[in-house]
Amino acid sequence: MENAGYMLSAFIVIWAALLGYVFILSRRQAKIHRDIELLQETFGQQD
Amino acid sequence: MKRKVLFFISAGLLLLSFYMVLVFVPTEKDMGIVQRIFYYHVPLAWVAFLAFFVVFFASIGYLVKRKPRWDHVACASAEIGLVFISLMLLTGMIWAKSAWGVWWIWEPRLTTSLVLWFVYVAYFIVRAYVVEEERKARFGAVVGIIGFLNVPLVFLSVTLWRTQHPPLTIFTDGLAGSMMATLLVCLFAFNFFYIYLLAEVTLMKADERAVRQLKEKSIRRNS
Repeated sequence: MENAGYMLSAFIVIWAALLGYVFILSRRQAKIHRDIELLQETFGQQD
Repeated sequence: MKRKVLFFISAGLLLLSFYMVLVFVPTEKDMGIVQRIFYYHVPLAWVAFLAFFVVFFASIGYLVKRKPRWDHVACASAEIGLVFISLMLLTGMIWAKSAWGVWWIWEPRLTTSLVLWFVYVAYFIVRAYVVEEERKARFGAVVGIIGFLNVPLVFLSVTLWRTQHPPLTIFTDGLAGSMMATLLVCLFAFNFFYIYLLAEVTLMKADERAVRQLKEKSIRRNS
């Protein structure tokens, strides 16, 4: 089990980064939806 | 709906690859357990190169057609490529520390890979500094095309120069059956994941552009 720490570190880096990226994408998607709703409301009030 | 299906297939394949790398594949006798990094390091590099090729192709598409859709694909692929090349560099550094005793050495493969990373960081810096959408896309496309020229250099660096980085000889020298199967599953899983991310991020780029334009319209109306 020599060097197991390096392998574990690499795997943690990969999976944490990929999961983190998917999480950030879902947050960005939610923000876009909120912005669109807000802008629709703004334009609805102006028209 | 299609993106959800893509997501679940990608997640399933990634879990399968994780099982194969941790449990299924035997430990390599010379390098030991740390060699398992290889099954992710190679697909990460492959997907990064693929993503940058898509940036190159979509950038040419944008400059020829001038349709925003091409720019959305290029920008999405550059973002995903940057995530994958960052992970490739990080896993490479961890592997280097274990195999060579140092985190980094300035040899051709590592140096050209780092230059490639800087090129795509520059891609986003250039885009961030330009406000007008059309110019942002045009400048990005130029960096996307010129930046791709470094990809063949990274790939060929192990044959052009004497390097410490091992050449990719798995397809010529052969790899044990279970090891090859694991590598192929990982490559397939990461390619599928890239396709899912590209579909998702491209749509997001289009939405973000639409929001920016609506905000500008709203500001113009109010002023």
